[in-house]
Parts: sequence; C-alpha cells; structure tokens
Amino acid sequence: MVGIVVVSHSQKLAEGVVDIAKVMAENVPIVAAGGLEDGTLGTSYDRIHDAIESVYSEEGVVMIADMGGSIMTIEIVLEDMERENIVMLDCPLVEGAILAAVESKNGRNLEDLKDFVERARATKKLSD
Amino acid sequence: MDTKQLLAIIHAIAKKVEAEKDYLSQLDNEIGDGDHGINLARGFKAVEEKIQTFADKDIGAIFKGVGTVLVSTVGGASGPLYGTAFMKAGNVCKGKMTITAEEFTAALDAAINGIKMRGKAVEGEKTMLDALCPAYKAIKESIDGGKNLIDALTNGVDAAAAGVEYTKTIIATKGRASYLKERSLGHQDPGATSSLYMLQMTLKTLKEA
Repeated sequence: MVGIVVVSHSQKLAEGVVDIAKVMAENVPIVAAGGLEDGTLGTSYDRIHDAIESVYSEEGVVMIADMGGSIMTIEIVLEDMERENIVMLDCPLVEGAILAAVESKNGRNLEDLKDFVERARATKKLSD
Repeated sequence: MDTKQLLAIIHAIAKKVEAEKDYLSQLDNEIGDGDHGINLARGFKAVEEKIQTFADKDIGAIFKGVGTVLVSTVGGASGPLYGTAFMKAGNVCKGKMTITAEEFTAALDAAINGIKMRGKAVEGEKTMLDALCPAYKAIKESIDGGKNLIDALTNGVDAAAAGVEYTKTIIATKGRASYLKERSLGHQDPGATSSLYMLQMTLKTLKEA
C-alpha cells in the first residue's frame, strides 16, 4: 500500500486527521508529522523525515500538508531524500487524507492515487 | 572576507536576533502567527551550539551548515526560507577559505534566488525579499562601481532599511499575512526586518574587524 504522511503545524491537527482517516482504512500506513518536538506549533524537518521513513515502501509515499512552512519544509526533506516515489498532494487536508487512505487500501498505485485525490479537490462540501 | 569574519558575523546575527526576538514576534503578531522572533532565536541558538563542528571548514561549508541547522530547528516558514538562502550561498562559496567582494555579492544573489524559489515569491509581496532585493541591487552597483565591500554594504543596509519602510505601504500577498489583505497595510514586515538585521550585523562585524 502507498504510505501517507499528514503534515501540519499542529501535532493535534495532524494526529486528528490521521485518526479520522484510519476509521475508513484501518491498516493503511498513515502517520502524522505535526508540530515541533517541544509540542509547540510549527513544522519539524526531523519529524517529517522520520514519518516518511516509518511508512516508506517501494510503493511510495504521498505527503498531505496544511500550508506555507509545511510545504516548504517537506520540499527540503524530499530534495534531501532524493526518492522519486515520494510526492506531495495538492488537496484539502482532511478530505485529501481520507481519500488517500481509502484509495491506498483499495490498492491504487502512487500515480493513480495522486491523480484521483487531486481530481477530487473541487468536490463541493454543501449541495446547492 | 575570511572564515573567522564569517563566524563573527553569524555570532553577531545570533545575538541580534536573540535581542530583538520579542520585537520581531510582536511585528509578526500584528499580521502573522506571532512566532517569527521566537523561531529565529531558537534557530540561531542551535546554530551557535553547532557552530564549533564546522568552524574549521571553508566558507561554503559554514554557510551550508548554518542553513541545515536553520531548516531543522526554526520551525516556522522562515526556517526553510533562510535555510535555503544560506545553503545556496554555500554552493557559491564551496571550498573557499576567503571570498572577494564580488563573490560575496554572488553568494547574496544565490541566497535571494533560493528564497524566491522556495517561497515562490517576488519583490513587492511584503516579505524578506523587499529588504534583500534592494540591498542586493545597491551592493552590486557599488561593487561594480569600484567600491569596497564595507562601502557597498553601507549602501545595501540603507536600501534594505528603505525596503523595510516600504513594506508598511504594501499589501501582503504571500505567507500568513496574505489572509489579512488590506488590513496588512501600515504594518512592517517581520521577515524584511530580520533580513535587515542580518545585513546590519554583517556590516557592523566587517567594520570592527
């Protein structure tokens, strides 16, 4: 299965998103990399790096992040790791994580999963 | 500039950032998430702790070491931004124990391009670039015109200070402050301010050397 890393400035938010996604796809390799080591808000290079390693397999890893510094820190981690099968998804944090978890469980490969999750980006939350 | 001077500059920046951390966070509190000073101070404290491990290295390696530490310890967006800047400057100075004024200028250019690349930002968006880009322009013109590094940096610092003032007059379109739109007007950008400090400390240290 494709691994999933949820990155947020907040440890609680990242862990909460993982909890919600896991309800839908229990055994999927999905982990949180939120906040700084001392529990304050921010994004940690080491936490992101270690989280990727913990879910990494040949099938690859997708990164889902909140914004700003999270994205930039992930970029640097990925540049340092130099592995082509780790990619960032451009999607909302909660919906994206749930979709990615379900589709990873369904056995989609990395490329299909990225495409599927990003295409769902425009889904309306409220009906007209 | 030699490695000893560079280490002294980094030390001076660390001291300045620590001294101004509450002010920088206060600026950030007005238009952002209020952590710029605390984050940068944490990053440069970590740099100070690790600086011994690359103190005998070349200028490129020192810049790179500083960048790597900032990326992994700052915690806010300024970490990857300044971290990338120092690492890119390091690439330009690879293997050199001293750098000329021209090489310093090239390193600054590489650093600024690193920030632009990482932040997908340009001048005029109320960011650190609004201090750094005018500073680079002034320094480059001064060096090309035959001035020495201290005179060039004096002009650079003046241009950066004017850039910081300019950030009060523009609306933020990058970073957390962009959520405030027009309400970001009238506020000075914390990132531009910390960039000004770095240039000021570079000048001050070189003058004292």
